[in-house]
Amino acid sequence: MQLIPCPWCGPREEVEFHYGGQAHVDYPAEPAALSDEEWAKFVFFRDNPRGPFAERWSHAAGCRRWFNAVRDTRSYELLAVYRPGQERPVTT
Amino acid sequence: MTADITTRRTPLDGWTSRFAELAPAVRLTERPFRSQLTLRLRDAGRAAAVSRVLGVDLPETPCTFNRGAGPHGPVEVAWLGPDEYLVLAQPGLQRTLESALREAIGGTQGGAVVDVSAQRTTLALSGPRARDLLAHGCAIDLHPSVSPTGTCVQTLLAQTGIILLVRDADPAEFLLLVRASFARYLAAWLVDAGAEYREEPV
Ligand SMILES: [Zn+2]
Repeated sequence: MQLIPCPWCGPREEVEFHYGGQAHVDYPAEPAALSDEEWAKFVFFRDNPRGPFAERWSHAAGCRRWFNAVRDTRSYELLAVYRPGQERPVTT
Repeated sequence: MTADITTRRTPLDGWTSRFAELAPAVRLTERPFRSQLTLRLRDAGRAAAVSRVLGVDLPETPCTFNRGAGPHGPVEVAWLGPDEYLVLAQPGLQRTLESALREAIGGTQGGAVVDVSAQRTTLALSGPRARDLLAHGCAIDLHPSVSPTGTCVQTLLAQTGIILLVRDADPAEFLLLVRASFARYLAAWLVDAGAEYREEPV
């Protein structure tokens, strides 16, 4: 089984984690100003890259904290994990 | 017939004799009704005041716990998250500790103190085969070199969420905290997984 390194708890089995979709999707600064189309884009539209992808993960069965990870969608390899509020690390 | 709702019962009421069958390779007992409080600390500057109430410092390292004794007797304080701790104390102290801790963190502005004593029950697990027994259903490496005394992990044991405290790495002595509604399932699993060590001479 793949191990995912929680930024606090260290490497744990994948079954302890919960997937949270694309990271760094900011809530609109002025929600009332958005058109229907812009709302739809915010709620439903996500990137789907082939390669490194910044995602949200939660250590659901452990410390129950959310964090971000860069995962290569081709190999499932986790290239980096980082805490909320931290910059996305440069990965190759 | 009316149900008796005045007598307090633990989730593992009636399991003592089945646990005893695992001895001497594995010693398993329930420690019922322990006081348990979740502490969320917004202001880290209040940690010293909390330490004074408990007589134990808050653990700074993730996945560890501190133990000691203070004004409220023996306590264990476990790290559950970057600002979250679990305080374990003798039965019957939850009200006293709740108000003492709330005062220490500076009231409701300083964070949150919640009595969660009824949420989980505690199992004490020791004996020469205790570590082997856990290995049947827990992915955490519990070898003393990896999980020394003072380790506290939240993880899965036989698909059930547990908090596991390594009270002593060698000879192995563990505390397992399990949700009340999962306690009988976990007890049945432990008794079953330990069956193969029953007849073993020690
Ligand atoms: Zn974690």
